[in-house]
Amino acid sequence: MAGLFCHDDHRIQGGTVIQVDNLTKYYDSFCAVDGISLEIRKGEILGLLGPNGAGKTTTLRMLTGFFRPTSGTIKINELEMPKDTLEIKKRMGYLPESAPLYHNMLVFDYLTYVAKVRGLTGQQITQRLHELSKLCGLADIMHKSVDELSKGLKQRVGLAHAMMTDPEILILDEPTSGLDPNQIAEIRTIIRRIGKEKTIIFSTHILSEAEATCDRIVIINQGKMVADDTTENLKHRAQKGTTFTLALYGDPGKAPMELLSALDPALEIRKMAEKETGISLYEIKTSGTRDLRKDIYLKIKETDWVMAELTKESQSLENIFQELTKGA
Amino acid sequence: MHQTIHIAIKEFKDYFISPIAYIVISLFLVITGWFFFSTFFIFDRADMRNFFALLPTIFAFVIPAVTMRLFSEEVNVGSYETLMTLPVSFRDIALGKFLAATAFCACMLLPTLSYAVFISMIGEVDPGPVIGGYLGALLLAGAYCSLGILASSMTRNQIVAFILGAAICFTLTILDRILFFTPAPLTELIGFLGTNTHFQSISKGVIDSRDILYFLSVMFLGLFGTYLVMQEKN
Repeated sequence: MAGLFCHDDHRIQGGTVIQVDNLTKYYDSFCAVDGISLEIRKGEILGLLGPNGAGKTTTLRMLTGFFRPTSGTIKINELEMPKDTLEIKKRMGYLPESAPLYHNMLVFDYLTYVAKVRGLTGQQITQRLHELSKLCGLADIMHKSVDELSKGLKQRVGLAHAMMTDPEILILDEPTSGLDPNQIAEIRTIIRRIGKEKTIIFSTHILSEAEATCDRIVIINQGKMVADDTTENLKHRAQKGTTFTLALYGDPGKAPMELLSALDPALEIRKMAEKETGISLYEIKTSGTRDLRKDIYLKIKETDWVMAELTKESQSLENIFQELTKGA
Repeated sequence: MHQTIHIAIKEFKDYFISPIAYIVISLFLVITGWFFFSTFFIFDRADMRNFFALLPTIFAFVIPAVTMRLFSEEVNVGSYETLMTLPVSFRDIALGKFLAATAFCACMLLPTLSYAVFISMIGEVDPGPVIGGYLGALLLAGAYCSLGILASSMTRNQIVAFILGAAICFTLTILDRILFFTPAPLTELIGFLGTNTHFQSISKGVIDSRDILYFLSVMFLGLFGTYLVMQEKN
């Protein structure tokens, strides 16, 4: 498949839990998901990335059995959709986008209801609610009505809902969208914590989030899978060139540019606008991956300029994401 | 089966959490009470025939109001997705909601039992038609609930669900009164399809298996339709 990166060198984490083959979904004549094939191993945290409308939610909805695929197969362990949908739903926890819960119920009542529907009884319910309340920090809001909750709290209730029976697979659709940075950090911690023994798939359009949380990243664009690799490999791939930023006190003019081009004539150096009074900024671009910081430092040291800052911009996933999802 | 009951209990409780339940029940009692007792003393008969004669028409408008939110609201709020990804089957969901709505209608009928008590104090009441009437009322409520749920499952707009449900229920109610306009060979068939004939025959105290079977089939068809709509959405 063109543009698809190999994924032979994954950290082996366990047997295959989810096997998706050639999954396709049409809404009338519009193709939302186009032939996605995936294999997800036990204990993996998989981030599903893509621009808005790429087909992330549709893919997740098919995995949870909410939508029926137009074609293609989904296998969870030995079970197959749609034949064993009910059994699959038992083993799966799902948090839909923006956690739509019954707004007129109390959090406690809601979670008890979910526990009962999922087949827990009496003592088990009390115990599980205690555990979840601790894990997701719900103790203070148990007796609040769902519609009084802020978005972040709702999301946590949704997470508790998804984890009710301690399912082996957790599917989370944009679990951190619309949250403040503290809440995002909290949710990420929870995902990391439970991800140690569970298989988690979550979608997001925030790259740094996927980078911080996932073992493996799948990028989809316009319904097609354009990348599938470990976070490390993808980052590595992204580093086609390197950019260094140098800040000097005073205004030495063009002199540093001439000085530094002595290092390597292929360097692309330009002076940028002054960041603040008294400091001049220079951007040095190289096409290689070699770390030039040491060379730059030594060169500057030869002169009487005083260095304020020298940073290497590690090109993040953003570049590769933009490259792969161009034309979206 | 477990799931059906949990869903039914949840939906039933939901009615009483919001003020809708109390408003609908009061409205129902005021309307039936007024129409029944305004002519009760003129007829000067110790029976509830007039009450039961009114019931199908009133139910045709009240019950769709009871059932309109059952699916529409869930789809609109998005909790439909949460519900559908729980390990429950379509059958559990449709049946659970149906049982909750029918139980709610039974609660709505409960205060009207006081009419029977009250009338028995001022005259001799024949228990047959009263018992038959309430049995018929429950069957009728069940049939309208299943049709109301079908209407609710077809749209995400509660008002549309109400109007659609009321239109279906009201048409079934008046079917035996418009036989005058129907071609002669079809008269009997169309008369049989209406709810009114069956309900009135039960409420006379005549419990005929055909009438009971009729109501049960309407319930089944309504719920089966709902099941098909859910499958279509999937």
